[in-house]
Amino acid sequence: MKNLLHFIVRFHFTILFIVFEIFCLLLLVNYNNYQKSEFLNSSNAISGGIYQKVSSVTDYVSLAKTNEELNRENVRLRNLLHSSYKLTTDSSFVFLDTIYKQQYIYRTAKIINNSVNKQLNYITLNKGRIHGIEREMAVVTDNGVVGVVKSVSDNFASVISVLNDRLRISAKLKGNNYHGSLIWDGVDYRKAMLKDIPFHVKIAKGDTIVTSGYSAIFPEGLQLGVVDEVMTSSGSNFQNIKILLSNDFKSLSYVKVVGDLMKEERLKLEEEATE
Amino acid sequence: MNIILKNTIRFVVLVLIQVAILNNIQVSGFVNPYMYILFILLLPFEIPNWLLLLLSFILGLSIDVFSGTVGMHASACVFMAYVRPYVLNYLSLRDGYEVGTYPGIAHFGFVWFFKYALTLIVAHHSFLFVVEAFSFANFSETIMRIIFSTFFTLTLIITSQFLMFKK
Repeated sequence: MKNLLHFIVRFHFTILFIVFEIFCLLLLVNYNNYQKSEFLNSSNAISGGIYQKVSSVTDYVSLAKTNEELNRENVRLRNLLHSSYKLTTDSSFVFLDTIYKQQYIYRTAKIINNSVNKQLNYITLNKGRIHGIEREMAVVTDNGVVGVVKSVSDNFASVISVLNDRLRISAKLKGNNYHGSLIWDGVDYRKAMLKDIPFHVKIAKGDTIVTSGYSAIFPEGLQLGVVDEVMTSSGSNFQNIKILLSNDFKSLSYVKVVGDLMKEERLKLEEEATE
Repeated sequence: MNIILKNTIRFVVLVLIQVAILNNIQVSGFVNPYMYILFILLLPFEIPNWLLLLLSFILGLSIDVFSGTVGMHASACVFMAYVRPYVLNYLSLRDGYEVGTYPGIAHFGFVWFFKYALTLIVAHHSFLFVVEAFSFANFSETIMRIIFSTFFTLTLIITSQFLMFKK
């Protein structure tokens, strides 16, 4: 016992170091697990507040660009208005609300923090629980997919970005519906990899990749990117496909958060089926 | 100024600079200057070892909370803190360190500080980027990150020393 105490006193620095390191690595492994962090993340009150302050300053810098984006969107929406269309025939349009039931609901949000330079990139949004944002909602722009909501506080939401090698998105080739998973390889923020596409499928540069709709998170058919390069490795049954992402993650500012109104029903059914 | 107050202010200022400005510097995905570790560099010589580890842990964790990588910076900072006494010992002057000084450029000059800072920055960055990648695949990429970021962090830290901590 005396020897043990002596040992601890003598090597307390190293022992303490090892204890701290083990604690850190436990945090690292457990906390970054998808969907787990509730407390120590960029959507908590202090860091979220600071990010909002910083964002309010940097917003001035990008004001011109934001205006342009909003303008473009305005024009696009105006084009969709009925008043912009001229009736060319006598036929009438009938909308049957009992047949079409709304499945997806969109909310806008602004990015107040974003990074592309790490292996695990996260995005913080300025909206949270009280605005109707929930976990596992999809985050998209007009150009394509941005990420998935990881955790929410009352006023902020933290999003796991496509540029995070812990996020896998079920994706498919638009032309022939073969599906695989999209994963970021951590090298270039403009490019990601599409895995699990079998060898015999013919793929050309420029083919469009969209979401498959197999997970209950993303609606089907959202654009992810286009094929940039197809690499084949011997001894593998699958092709490695490099995708040029359609979103430029360095210039994101406004995004849409997509909620699936029928998600619970779907998940419940899928759960029952696997029981 | 009271040494505790001084270090507290330094802590807050460095974390804010890191989070608000430096985390947004992204040049081709390689360059991430991490200037906040200047706090660990400048802690006084007399600091007890356990406090050194604890403060470094808290510092790393604060940065982690902002970048959503809980445990990553904390582990790198703790490693750096662990190495620090050995580096100080190795670099020690013939007549030891005077009481009341801290390991800055103002007290020990450029060459000494350069060696001291470089060793510890390399320790921190190597640990950080290896933990971040969490594998030895793409190892050359990781090495590039370490080299480039070390260069920028070192430049920033030395510049800041000349700008702010004059005798």
